Amino acid sequence: MNPKIFASIAVVITGLVLLYGVSDFPTFGDPRSPANSGVEGGAPSTSLYYINESYSATKVPNLVTSVLADYRSYDTMFETVVVFAAGMAIFAILRCVGKDDGAVVAPQRKSSIDGDHNRIIVGMTCRLAVPVVQIFALYVIAHGHYSPGGGFQGGVMLGASFILIALAGNLEDALSRLSERSYMALAALGILIYAGFGVLPQVLGKNFLDYGALQKILLTDGPEMARSHSMLGVEIGVALTVMSIMFAIFANLSSRGTLKGGL
Amino acid sequence: MVEFFLNTVKPHFNFWVYVILMMVGLWSLIAKNNLIKKMMGLAIFQTAIILFYVSLGVKDGATIPVLEHYGDYAEKAEPAGPDASKPASKPAPNPASMPAPAASNPADAFANPVPHVLMLTAIVVGVATLGVALALCEMIFKEFDTLEEDELLRKIKALHDDA
Amino acid sequence: MILSFDIIILIFLIVAAVISLNVKDLLSSAMIYGIYGFLICLLWAEMGAVDVAFTEATVGAGVSTVLFIATILNTRRKSSD
Repeated sequence: MNPKIFASIAVVITGLVLLYGVSDFPTFGDPRSPANSGVEGGAPSTSLYYINESYSATKVPNLVTSVLADYRSYDTMFETVVVFAAGMAIFAILRCVGKDDGAVVAPQRKSSIDGDHNRIIVGMTCRLAVPVVQIFALYVIAHGHYSPGGGFQGGVMLGASFILIALAGNLEDALSRLSERSYMALAALGILIYAGFGVLPQVLGKNFLDYGALQKILLTDGPEMARSHSMLGVEIGVALTVMSIMFAIFANLSSRGTLKGGL
Repeated sequence: MVEFFLNTVKPHFNFWVYVILMMVGLWSLIAKNNLIKKMMGLAIFQTAIILFYVSLGVKDGATIPVLEHYGDYAEKAEPAGPDASKPASKPAPNPASMPAPAASNPADAFANPVPHVLMLTAIVVGVATLGVALALCEMIFKEFDTLEEDELLRKIKALHDDA
Repeated sequence: MILSFDIIILIFLIVAAVISLNVKDLLSSAMIYGIYGFLICLLWAEMGAVDVAFTEATVGAGVSTVLFIATILNTRRKSSD
């Protein structure tokens, strides 16, 4: 059957069924909807527990970070593993060079923008912008407990700063700063940090990813600050992995696996 | 016709838009010929679903889910409860659905953080799988020199008939 | 949560999505996909979901658009429909 006719029929039927289901939803923005405050006469919603209790248990004001890195840390660990697995998949798909493509050679000069008059404006602007972006990204990672931010956002910004170097000059410029060996090692190190924060409480006798058990090692007086500091450590692990994999995906896609040339 | 519009579409206007966006993405995923357009349709489908989830956690008159005065947030100046913060120019919603003001809860001052957490994961996993899909597109282009679906099917069929 | 702002942005979203999928030049299609991503980020920031908006601005509208453009560079720029 012609794909357009089949697509139109499928879309119209699915759309009508979904629109029929929409009519039963609670009003947009209702604080008494089941997701926001629970069913009448039944169990209250878990978000009420998180809003009311999470500050006294973890001393982290950003509720999203505390739920993401502490109460639902198992999900976040496997999300980081999925990002790492995607990087590995792209490595396996694209990074098979034939006999006629040589090995990756180190660049001769320090940067490819220096002698090229056509790219001087773009090159200098990106050179000025990259350190600012990186410092802001580190701030976002560290300040994730008190303001919107955290490991994912900061890690993607760090990866984007390396992509900016690659866009301003050549891909070899960016690779001379973050070589393939380093970014693979950093990606694995990030997951190892996260899993380490999980296994360490098990070694001490408590549950997996139970950060409160680390208060002897982190030398805090109480499990709340131990949880807060472990959340920071875990976010650093996530940021390392996400930074390396974002740059790895870009490097492999833009050069079709050979890591020479590219955008 | 007009009263159908006012009673059915208007209270759930944004959910209708999300369903329309999902259907635009789904149609493009099935019907478009170019593989990159299909991937773009998939990405649009994905963001429409994430939009739907996040809008389940919106509360009228609530602020972002970050505590400001730690330790005693219950005494922080609430933004005047869920009813009084609606500006006068907003079209009045169905009065039966407005929340009961007597039972207001100090937790109503903050937006629901749980959908935000789940959707953070979804966005990052989405971009990782988009990267894998685009890598597959590049390998297909390297092998067959085209990204149009009908030409690809013809070339694959020709390969099978030869071998 | 301002209703009129929501309505305007949602209508722009549908327009951006439909245009992005119907242009024949794939580079313009990727650009308009970037516009779509930023509009969604704006919508979430207005709904109070600031962490999600931050992530979408960097990941969805930033890195995702760059990945599309990098792929289009290595494959064809024109599409047949």
